Amino acid sequence: MAEKAPIIELRTAPHVRRAPSVDQIMRNVVYALLPVCAYAIYSFGISALALILVTVAVCAGTEQLFCRLSNKPTTVGDFSAVITGMLLTLTLPPGFPLWMAAVAGFVGIALAKVMFGGIGLNVFNPALVGRAFVQAAFPVAITTWTPAFAPGRFTEFIPSTWTFPFAEPIAVGQWVKDLAVDGFSGATPLALQKFGDGQVAHVTTNTTDLFMGMTAGSAGETSALLILICGAYLAVRRMMDWRIPAAMIVGTFVTAGIFFMVDPNTYPTPLFMLSAGGFMLGATFMASDMTASPVTPAGVWVYGILIGFLTVIIRLFGGLPEGVMYAILFGNAASPLINAVTQPRVYGTRRKRKAEP
Amino acid sequence: MGVMQLFGFGKATFSHGIHPPEYKETTDSEKIRRLSFAPEMVLPLAQHFGKPSVPIVHSGQEVVRGEPIARADGFMSVPLHAPATGVIKKIGLMATARGPKADAIVLKLHAGASQEVLYGAPQDVDNLAPEEIVKAVQDTGMVGLGGASFPTHVKMTVPKGQEVDTVMVNGCECEPYLTTDHRVMMEYSMDLFAGIRIAMKAVGAERAIIGVEDNKPDAIAALREACPKDGTVTVGVMKTKYPQGAEKMMIKALLHREVPSGGYPSAVGVSVYNVATLAQLGVLLPHSQGLIERVVTIAGPGIKQPGNYLVALGTPLRFVLEQLGFHGDARQLILGGPMMGVSVSSLDVPVTKGVSGILVLTEEEKSAQIPKKVWPCIKCAKCVQACPIHLNPAELGMLAAKRQYETMEKEFHLNDCFECGCCSYVCPSGIPLVQYFRIAKAINRENRERAA
Repeated sequence: MAEKAPIIELRTAPHVRRAPSVDQIMRNVVYALLPVCAYAIYSFGISALALILVTVAVCAGTEQLFCRLSNKPTTVGDFSAVITGMLLTLTLPPGFPLWMAAVAGFVGIALAKVMFGGIGLNVFNPALVGRAFVQAAFPVAITTWTPAFAPGRFTEFIPSTWTFPFAEPIAVGQWVKDLAVDGFSGATPLALQKFGDGQVAHVTTNTTDLFMGMTAGSAGETSALLILICGAYLAVRRMMDWRIPAAMIVGTFVTAGIFFMVDPNTYPTPLFMLSAGGFMLGATFMASDMTASPVTPAGVWVYGILIGFLTVIIRLFGGLPEGVMYAILFGNAASPLINAVTQPRVYGTRRKRKAEP
Repeated sequence: MGVMQLFGFGKATFSHGIHPPEYKETTDSEKIRRLSFAPEMVLPLAQHFGKPSVPIVHSGQEVVRGEPIARADGFMSVPLHAPATGVIKKIGLMATARGPKADAIVLKLHAGASQEVLYGAPQDVDNLAPEEIVKAVQDTGMVGLGGASFPTHVKMTVPKGQEVDTVMVNGCECEPYLTTDHRVMMEYSMDLFAGIRIAMKAVGAERAIIGVEDNKPDAIAALREACPKDGTVTVGVMKTKYPQGAEKMMIKALLHREVPSGGYPSAVGVSVYNVATLAQLGVLLPHSQGLIERVVTIAGPGIKQPGNYLVALGTPLRFVLEQLGFHGDARQLILGGPMMGVSVSSLDVPVTKGVSGILVLTEEEKSAQIPKKVWPCIKCAKCVQACPIHLNPAELGMLAAKRQYETMEKEFHLNDCFECGCCSYVCPSGIPLVQYFRIAKAINRENRERAA
């Protein structure tokens, strides 16, 4: 034979692999979040756009900065910082001062991600840590809501957006009044539900409006339907564990259902609970954060149901109208423990007695 | 087809596992052909699990095809037979698939020999007692042809206190590319049934189930046609899924039994054989002949004439490639399937008893499969959802990185891992999990030996 012998190279089995890589998964999460961001811009205007751009830039920049400082190759290319930025924005009120959003982005990445060792090692969802930080630091700004679909939202910023750093946020009360939007009370349905004087929000707020995203709230917290569709895209591509949102929905529905059945005049309906506030965003994109959630099949259900349960408890009995964020952070903290107690039963080992002789 | 079948319900299978691309279409309809004899054959003494065989020939001695050239060294060993008529050139160190050189018998062929099997004597299998069958099986030098190379007669020896009620015949062939079992079931079904009867008699089982994945409907139909009418042998159809052909997965799928951790299938009354093993045994045992050739799938994008070939044991890979032709960008040679096979470093490595496939991968195919970068574990749990044994590869991987090999074994069942490769296959971070586990097991083994 005239053929030359081939050059052979050695590798270890398996010699075939077919899995989306980390950066492909992250990029797809970004794609899934784009429609949600677009809807936020559509309903809240250029202030939401500015907020998204600033937060994403700060998150990516912070990661780049710390990679540079620690002399490591940059990890911005894996898109996980971009996701953090997008998610963080979507939890903020649309008129949130940009400098505060930058603080949130910096804290989220620096404190919750880089300090733990970067991608794969964070214990908590970085976006939620950032949001929790500004919730504590700027309690007024983070609960100042502006109406959705304000006229002129594409040409005019919400005044508070351009608050000078470290200055008192510019009041928006007069601005909102000038818009003369009918019936806007400056409160989200959840806040109404909690602090409303005797009037129960689930009576006054149409759950369908909530579900479709026609009410006030954070930039991306409002359209449950859109978020579900985007989540379904990821679930179908197997880039998100659908069981986590499913478990959270079950946990919330059952818990809220029990309260509702006990006293329907005081407690809201389970459907209101599922559609209101940041529940869908949290369930679909935040609780399902791969790194901060358990890995065991049973653990995933425990984790989701626990978060769902806590969400209802915090919303009904806590000091805040919205409980999803703290419920998820609590779930994140409990993940290692959940993992430890839900290790799968290995084939051929017995926890219980064998079924068949 | 009902709605339930459409979604795969009602078909036997196990939980977890993966669906790799099959790549079987290039060879699964190719009839088995014989590959010509290489001028020189290399027969390593350790082609099986257990103690290496002991040579009973000397260099310069002439041997005929089928004649024993090495004897078994105790019970956990098998003899070796001359794959062709020729003269022993030398006995010494030669290249093997596993890496280090090992003792082997080198045979130089007589160019003019007819290569007919002249050695052997007929024996009546029906009149043999189980113990006699076990002895006769050992004399054939038969090992599991699926890849594990475990001596068949050892499997046929049921441990005291255990009873085997079912012989399970493995025709799953869940590894991509490989189609040897498929062709054997199609073309040698009568030999297969003869082998099944021998195995049933040896272990005292009343029934046998041939497990076949549903991607081989022609083989299922052919076997069902040939099944004996008394109902002792049936065909069990299983979902196509990797690693369905692992014996533990098969037993779970077809009988809903679980082999205890660390134990053998006989503990749950089952004895498992590959279809190729029993088909060969069905031919060899009635004539007291030895194992000298086997069917090998030779495939992959780097080979010019892929197909299933009857290859004499000891044929060097270089000869196989020369005969069938390879493309210039061939870069990797794998013995076995792409999921569990070993990549070889030298073309002097011969085909041995356990080689079910020879895959030639090209540069392009190879680089498509290598992760561009290894990321830290993002705890996505894909590996946990893929592991057929229900281990926690994510946790094991993190422990391996911290070199806590003992914890891996004691608390996370490392030794139950049979290295199927599902976890590495699905890992988005490109972490070589199986390789970590192999290293961890090897280090634990060394530490134990050192302590003993």
